[in-house]
Amino acid sequence: MAEWKCVFRLPRAMTDVPFPYCPGCSHGIIHRLVAEVMDELDITGKAIGITSAGCSVRNWRQFDCDMVMALHGRGPAVATGLKRARPEAIVFTYQGDGDLAAIGTGEIIHAASRCERITVIYVNNGVFGATGGQQAPTTLIEQKTTSYPKGRDPRFSGYPLKMAELLSMVSPDSYIARTSVHDVKHILATKKAIREAFSVQMEDLGFGLVEILSACPTNWKLDPLSSLERIKREVIPYYPLGTFSSPRKEAR
Amino acid sequence: MSTKILMRGNEAVGEGALRAGCRFFFGYPITPQNELFEFMATRLPQCGGTFLQSESELAGIHMILGAAAGGVRCMTSSSGPGFTLMGEGLTALAAARLPAVVVCVSRAGPGLGRIASAQSDYRLSTRGGGHGDYQCIVLGPGSAQELYELTYLAFELADRYSTPVIVLSDAILGQMMEPVELDTLPVIDPPEKEWAVRGKGKNPRKVIKVAPHTDQELVEWNRHLKKKYELIREKEQRYEAQDIDGASLVVVAFGSTSRIAQDAVMQAREEGLAVGLFRPISLWPFPEKGMKELRQAGIERFLVVEANNGQMIEDVRLALCGSAEVIQYGVGGGHIFAPDEIYEQIKMAVR
Repeated sequence: MAEWKCVFRLPRAMTDVPFPYCPGCSHGIIHRLVAEVMDELDITGKAIGITSAGCSVRNWRQFDCDMVMALHGRGPAVATGLKRARPEAIVFTYQGDGDLAAIGTGEIIHAASRCERITVIYVNNGVFGATGGQQAPTTLIEQKTTSYPKGRDPRFSGYPLKMAELLSMVSPDSYIARTSVHDVKHILATKKAIREAFSVQMEDLGFGLVEILSACPTNWKLDPLSSLERIKREVIPYYPLGTFSSPRKEAR
Repeated sequence: MSTKILMRGNEAVGEGALRAGCRFFFGYPITPQNELFEFMATRLPQCGGTFLQSESELAGIHMILGAAAGGVRCMTSSSGPGFTLMGEGLTALAAARLPAVVVCVSRAGPGLGRIASAQSDYRLSTRGGGHGDYQCIVLGPGSAQELYELTYLAFELADRYSTPVIVLSDAILGQMMEPVELDTLPVIDPPEKEWAVRGKGKNPRKVIKVAPHTDQELVEWNRHLKKKYELIREKEQRYEAQDIDGASLVVVAFGSTSRIAQDAVMQAREEGLAVGLFRPISLWPFPEKGMKELRQAGIERFLVVEANNGQMIEDVRLALCGSAEVIQYGVGGGHIFAPDEIYEQIKMAVR
């Protein structure tokens, strides 16, 4: 009898509830990366996740740690209150670009400027997903959405917000990076960044945020593979990948 | 030995919160509540607590939500324009069944209004303050001593019913200095809350939700809230009635206005007018039971005096169900009643 060797399993920090996401959506990959990092750092027992409004609103069902739901955009404020009350906990928010870069702009900028000891997983797919593909602050110029079917005209509805760059300007004690999950190499780099965003909190070095460029085939009106291709060809040129700030001296 | 101390109403709120074991304050500056904010900024760090100035009232109330989810006693405070912004957090706290205390030191509105005193946030507070089907317990203190004691009670009620509680003060009460006896209440070290999130450790995880997962869960959720509010209605009505026996008119007033009305009622009685005073202390639940007792005692005329254009009168009318005559005397923000002014109204209203 051949011995079965386990080569791939559900991370311990993840429940077995099926994902509610559309085919080709990046949320599943990112959830898994967060859970793998929680396993590796052995923090599931002291982690508290904060959900946001949008497609990931129900992700309290996916992470097998304590969870608190926040209203639209308020995750960083809820995380601030919780972390101040329970400094021994590892607190993270999981927010989309509508949540973080539109309605929650005030909360994220000030949480970053206070260098709150929290970790932010910021998923940027350039549209409002759950409500049906409206323009987000991150929608690229000329990209068509249900708000502006003829495409984004910056003179009329503004330029796409670069949150990682903006936040790194106001948050000296922080690890802030932008990554992508459009191929395996970048998925692995994203995991490394998520790990660092948790590590700076655990070591009390500062605020941690990873902006992750993600696909939304449903609202982009593309198939999953073309969506990944679009990230490479159109999204990354506007949203360059990299580390924008680090609280570690050697990284500066 | 007595520990009677002369202090501002806003500071009395802070003393009540500290005595109740509140160690976390998140808030944003706004007049006329700043003395409370500054009291907490100075005293909380001395008591091992945390004071944090939020970037807005919106952020402040959601910081409260986070701290409350962590199981600690916490408080925020504001005034009209900022209190409006807190509506979003109040409904979230009620939905999540989290205990927290929110102090509204009312000023005159609408709009930006002015920092002069008013009772124009009565309706907003007693109707919950935000969207959806929920209530907050609302307490309406009438003196610095009561600001102290009712703030303390607010923390007890918030924990007992796992719900947000509003202390509705105003610019007069907040700014006025009066002696406060601190020893009327014991110092509390609040018990740990078993439902709070701290990281699951080796136990099953906990989820604090502001939204149900299914329609059926939503129905149950609202049923639970309704039952809780019915219980609060039954158990937590608070009021004070004076000079009711033989009265032909009862003045109904709360908070700072009740203090002024008290002088007017005394003056009227000295003049031989049969006038009593009814002071709601819990504004939600409104003391309907007390109103019913007044009807049973044969009172047929009520004069509602409030520093607004007519808000509490709605609750007085609901409590009386058309069984008695109700008149309102109110002046919107910017005006402070004189006892003589209310006395004139009493003279006109009494038969």
